[in-house]
Amino acid sequence: MNFDVVIEKTEKLAENIYFLRLRSERISAEAVPGQFVNIKCHDGLDAFLRRPISIMRANPAEKTFDIVYMVRGKGTRILSCLECGDTADCVGPLGRGFTLPEKGERICVIGGGIGVFPLLFLLERSKDVHKTAFLGFRTRDMIVLQKDFEKVSDRLVISTDDGSFGHKGLITNPFIEYLQTEKPDRVYTCGPLPMMKAVAEACIERNIFCEVSMEQRMGCGIGACLVCVCKVRHNDDFGYERICRDGPVFSAEKIIF
Amino acid sequence: MDLSVNIAGLKLKNPIIAASGTFGFGREFSEFFDLNLMGGISVKGLTLNPRKGNAPPRIAETPAGILNSVGLQNPGVHAFIRDEIPFLRRFDTAIIANIAGNTVDDYCRIAEILSDADIDAIELNVSCPNVKEGCLMFGSTAEGISKVTAAVRRVCKKTLIVKLSPNVTDITEMAKAAEDSGADSVSLINTLLGMAIDINTKKPILGNVMGGLSGPAVKPVAVRMVYQVSKTVKIPVIGMGGISGAEDAVEFLLAGASAVMIGTAGFVNPYVWVETVEGLKRYMERHGFEKVTELTGALLD
Repeated sequence: MNFDVVIEKTEKLAENIYFLRLRSERISAEAVPGQFVNIKCHDGLDAFLRRPISIMRANPAEKTFDIVYMVRGKGTRILSCLECGDTADCVGPLGRGFTLPEKGERICVIGGGIGVFPLLFLLERSKDVHKTAFLGFRTRDMIVLQKDFEKVSDRLVISTDDGSFGHKGLITNPFIEYLQTEKPDRVYTCGPLPMMKAVAEACIERNIFCEVSMEQRMGCGIGACLVCVCKVRHNDDFGYERICRDGPVFSAEKIIF
Repeated sequence: MDLSVNIAGLKLKNPIIAASGTFGFGREFSEFFDLNLMGGISVKGLTLNPRKGNAPPRIAETPAGILNSVGLQNPGVHAFIRDEIPFLRRFDTAIIANIAGNTVDDYCRIAEILSDADIDAIELNVSCPNVKEGCLMFGSTAEGISKVTAAVRRVCKKTLIVKLSPNVTDITEMAKAAEDSGADSVSLINTLLGMAIDINTKKPILGNVMGGLSGPAVKPVAVRMVYQVSKTVKIPVIGMGGISGAEDAVEFLLAGASAVMIGTAGFVNPYVWVETVEGLKRYMERHGFEKVTELTGALLD
């Protein structure tokens, strides 16, 4: 499961947001929406842990997969210096992905910030369904891959915190408004915790199937070290489950936000 | 070439062991390599009853290391015996049960239960820095170590290893206390208590505020402590702390360790244990060692 992958394409999509296309026959063939790869940034000892990054697209015919990440610290800063032809040590695909919809269903995805990328993969792999995408960004300049999302959704709603594009304010507002008149079969969400919490609550209240993609600081990425846990319901009690192995996608009803 | 070691009755085909808390019960890493290639596995710390562990975040990356504050999340000793031993026994590798308790009585009950289970050794965890009660409370004084080791010794029918904490004034006193109270071996070091702060939120990164430091950053401290302890006690020493490959493992053996444990490095390189075994063979070949036991304490000082 541990292979060097070759970088085919790099692109800076927005401030601190980088795109990588990587070549791996196995990962591109096996990856499903919601999964991630765990990438080693370099061989040094500073920022030596792997960085878990969601898979945004997999193209088995081309033997490639795409990831998009935000530069947040030393590790991702080093990653952003990779160039075409370089290799990266990549473990994956890892984790449990989204439950794909059935033919003819109506689905919604609600993404915020860098949480939108795994949802693009989900939209691309959801065939013969009606798809509505709600995407929230901080500001106009941070809106990325709008055309890619337009191509794979029947309706795309965008909001920005500052109102510089689309709806002003949180993306949960137009989503909740949408739920006044519509009842989707499945809802999927990935992004900031308060956003996912609001989406989960709205769906649970209306008895709508909802899956959330969780995030936490990770250690091994394969389920052995028990550091990347989230709080979940266990009958009348609670417990901690591993985001890297039992998730990152969980049923919304299970999560204790 | 002979890589086998015998640690007070605990027979290992090679001296490379997975460190407790970094390897679960072996299931995840078995997807990467053949567990038959390892000397042994020290399983995730076990308590009498299941433990939930601490609130996340449970990890912070620091220069050449990590802080963790998992807090002994585990399914309890009974679930381990029922669900995990049968899986581990499919492999020809030693099973070391790492155990932790809040009271001396807890430790004794777990050791008693495990004495009748199909395991090869018990590692007494008196050095976990991430739980409020017990554990490090015993491991931070010689009296505490004596008390819990002597009590467990009376009920333990397996090879008894006491895992020592580096968070003490003089670790040789702790090792001596373990030896005098009936330990067959000591393993060291557990993690160093540390802390990391997010300067933007002005909050500790770890949910539990403080955590245990491991990884390459702690290696020189660990080598020094293994050196000191192996000079002090007659029982075999198992060394660990920041080992990332064969060169590091050899350092510990030369310093006096009979076997070594590797943990954190596996988060980055899931093959580190097997690669270390291979590298160790190459080192022995290059330096003319026939038996790995000849390396133990072969330091020229």
